Amino acid sequence: MTLSAQDATEQRQKKHVRDRWLLSAPALILIIAASVGPLLIVVLYSFLAPGSYGDVKWEFSTEGWFNVLFTRDIFDDTVSLADAHFSIFWRSIKLAFATTVFCLIFGFPTAYFIATRAPHNRSLWLFLITIPFWTNMLIRTFAIQEVIRSEGIINTLLMKIGIISAPIQMMFTDFAIMLGMTYVFLPLMVLPLYASLEKLDFRLIEAGYDLYASRFGVLWRIIIPLVKPGIIAGSILVFVPALSSYVVPRVLGGGKNLMVGNLIELQFGQGRNWPLGAALSVTLVIIVLFAMLYYVRNASKSGGSAHG
Amino acid sequence: MAKTFSIKRQPGFATIAMFCFFLLYLPIATLVVYSFNSGSSIAIWEGFSLRWFQSAWNNQQVIEASVRSLQIAAVAAVIATACATLAAIATTRTAPYRGLTIKYSIINMPLLVPEIVTAVALLILFSRVKVWTGYSGLGYLIVAHAAFCIPFAYMPIRARLESMDLSLERAASDLYASSFQTFRYVTLPLLWPGILAGLMLAFVISLDDVVITEFVKSGGQDTLPTYMLGQLRRVVTPEMNAISTVFLVISLAIVTLFFFLSRTPQKDNE
Amino acid sequence: MHGIKKWFGTFQAVDDVTLEIRSNEFFTLLGPSGCGKTTLLRMIAGFELPTEGQVLLDGTDISRLLPNQRPVNTVFQNYALFPHLTVAENIGFGLKMLGKPKSEIDSVVKDMLKLVHLEGRGNNPVTQLSGGQQQRVALARALAPRPKVLLLDEPLSALDLKLRKSMQMELKRLQLETGITFVFVTHDQEEALTMSDRIAVMSTGTVRQVGSPWDIYDRPAERFVADFIGETNFLEADVVSVSGDRARVRLSSGAEISATYPDGVTPKGKVTIVVRPEHARLGPPGSGVLEGVLDDIVYLGTDNHFHVKVDGGGTFIVRQQNAKSGPCGFSEQERVSIAINDDVAQILRD
Repeated sequence: MTLSAQDATEQRQKKHVRDRWLLSAPALILIIAASVGPLLIVVLYSFLAPGSYGDVKWEFSTEGWFNVLFTRDIFDDTVSLADAHFSIFWRSIKLAFATTVFCLIFGFPTAYFIATRAPHNRSLWLFLITIPFWTNMLIRTFAIQEVIRSEGIINTLLMKIGIISAPIQMMFTDFAIMLGMTYVFLPLMVLPLYASLEKLDFRLIEAGYDLYASRFGVLWRIIIPLVKPGIIAGSILVFVPALSSYVVPRVLGGGKNLMVGNLIELQFGQGRNWPLGAALSVTLVIIVLFAMLYYVRNASKSGGSAHG
Repeated sequence: MAKTFSIKRQPGFATIAMFCFFLLYLPIATLVVYSFNSGSSIAIWEGFSLRWFQSAWNNQQVIEASVRSLQIAAVAAVIATACATLAAIATTRTAPYRGLTIKYSIINMPLLVPEIVTAVALLILFSRVKVWTGYSGLGYLIVAHAAFCIPFAYMPIRARLESMDLSLERAASDLYASSFQTFRYVTLPLLWPGILAGLMLAFVISLDDVVITEFVKSGGQDTLPTYMLGQLRRVVTPEMNAISTVFLVISLAIVTLFFFLSRTPQKDNE
Repeated sequence: MHGIKKWFGTFQAVDDVTLEIRSNEFFTLLGPSGCGKTTLLRMIAGFELPTEGQVLLDGTDISRLLPNQRPVNTVFQNYALFPHLTVAENIGFGLKMLGKPKSEIDSVVKDMLKLVHLEGRGNNPVTQLSGGQQQRVALARALAPRPKVLLLDEPLSALDLKLRKSMQMELKRLQLETGITFVFVTHDQEEALTMSDRIAVMSTGTVRQVGSPWDIYDRPAERFVADFIGETNFLEADVVSVSGDRARVRLSSGAEISATYPDGVTPKGKVTIVVRPEHARLGPPGSGVLEGVLDDIVYLGTDNHFHVKVDGGGTFIVRQQNAKSGPCGFSEQERVSIAINDDVAQILRD
């Protein structure tokens, strides 16, 4: 052995790091090839010209991005704001926001309820929350559809009792989409809320009552401020997938009540305007990234205890 | 006598929680119940029968789509879990080194990007590749599924690894085990529950996927979820309920198993 | 071991340590936490590489070998038993990795189970054993491949006091029965004194003194060693004369006593001497070498501690056994005299 001590240490160190890169290589390559890498292609495509039968022509064009914001009249080439796109983006944001609020209204008491159970019962309640989460989203959407459709169980029941004479049209409305999304994304709100509430020091609540706070005062001035990180985490976790939701609006919204996800699909299907679809996708990713950034900022500010 | 003042109670919370659980399970329960309806309505109960299960069983398209779903999920889950296991070993219980954070971000990236965007991106990429190579088999779906399943498989494996005491591996190498023997006889057996949990999670996630599959599949490559998505546009018979029920039972079985496997491993030395 | 140095970044954990550990001895590395003793042990085991210097085993340099290439086994602080294996599989692990035939492994495992008094427990899962039993399995596992050196990294620290005492005897017995060299790391001075053949006292990465328990306790070479082990009185004194291995020193009171001094030092001028509390006696004024006022009496059951304010400054503690029941015969604020037994004072190096 003629190796000097430093060399030997360094060699072991290098081998350690090299082994680690080799071990993680398959996962990294697969993800980059089939998940992250293609995103760059989307960015590229958003700057190309649309082909006549889908796909693209290989020439630089900002038409895709232009079309996100404006429409050009086919006959006289006049330019106007793309109302349809704005209204769809706006509707998506409104629906996602409303979904978040409803998830919070239902999710907070539920998470609080679970967190105040005896410790050995909690995992069972949590399990009950996670079961629907792991069952197929399409099936859950389908289940909601069965309940609310005109010939579905609610309308049939109401008509039998005689409260209504004709079925209420619930399918293909914004309400249906919102209901569906609330149903589908509720567990995503409950889990981070629970994680925060579980760590709540109930001596602080005792102190609150000791200092003459009412039940509501304790909730509003002590509990909610303390679990704010959990509320933010849950809200982002619901808002992001709701905003980019595709299956729920497709099934429950019908052809007219589009959300961004459906608008994007349209450009790759019937619309045959891939650059526009690509530009819309990039816009969506940017909005999502901002939401995420906001979340990460908040999470790190509050000691990263939000998500757990 | 007055009730004890409970500091934990908030008025109405328990009611809302119960209502929530009720709402969560009501649609699923309805769905399952009506799959046994003997009539062809999904709202009017006409008696118990298994006819819709039978009709689903005899539906060639359903069977084909189911088999395809299971094939893709099995292969993709194995690939994803293998990759995730190696990646987890490479990214846990080590002094920080350059590139570690980049690895974390890349591995978790599929969770952050909206599915619809990934789907579109893969559509663009694979449509090119299909033209270049002339290959249009299930490979594309498998690769796509494996990629987005990696972060799901990674989570339980990493959690398990982090709860494992590094001194066990040290002890093995102190007792003359080579690094391969250490992995084979100590790391792997201890990690096994985590790997199984990851495998199951990946399997369920792959089985459930609609959006990416819908965009990546070539003609005639419907999986069960995309087949159902196509059918939902039409008049729905309880046959869909029957398919969903079977699907639910499978997912539920896997998730329950996962739940038991991924429970925090008992502290082994205390 | 030769001139071992270990740097962690800019922090030097071990600084130029040279130790010779003899075969078949029970050798203890003793020191406060953070003194580098565990790092030293890990370098012998191969989990750390020395930045400088060599680890020699029977004259061969093993300092660059991987842990699995060294005929050295470790008993880990938390035992590190493989939770997925049975007791027997744990014990046989090393031999299996060495590729020994199954029959040999079985017979060694059987011997080992007997050695650590766990006969019939071979098929138990290790997770169901008590702390003391796990400790025995960890020992058996490390001894089974018959290593040239057995390293023990504070293996008793997780046990309660009573179990710790009995395991101390057990360890000593195992060392004698197997004839394997034990290198034991601890911060517990009592543990070190009871079990060791020789002790190396370490502090801030260096070895301060190596010697038998008696050497370390009665003949501490420097202030750190004297202070770390047991209770001690430090006194300032002047050297009067040196003859052979004894020196006459004059105390602050003017009285002279004889004292020993460490090797390689010629004491002269002002020195510090140490006297253990149990090596001094209290008496009526004028009967001893130091005079003072009895400040405090602390009753400890078996002993009394007398804190004496010595004339001219400083406190001197005398420990006296309660040989008979009843009052000790002294009362607080009384004037007393301290007598120091012959040849119990030791001159420190610095």
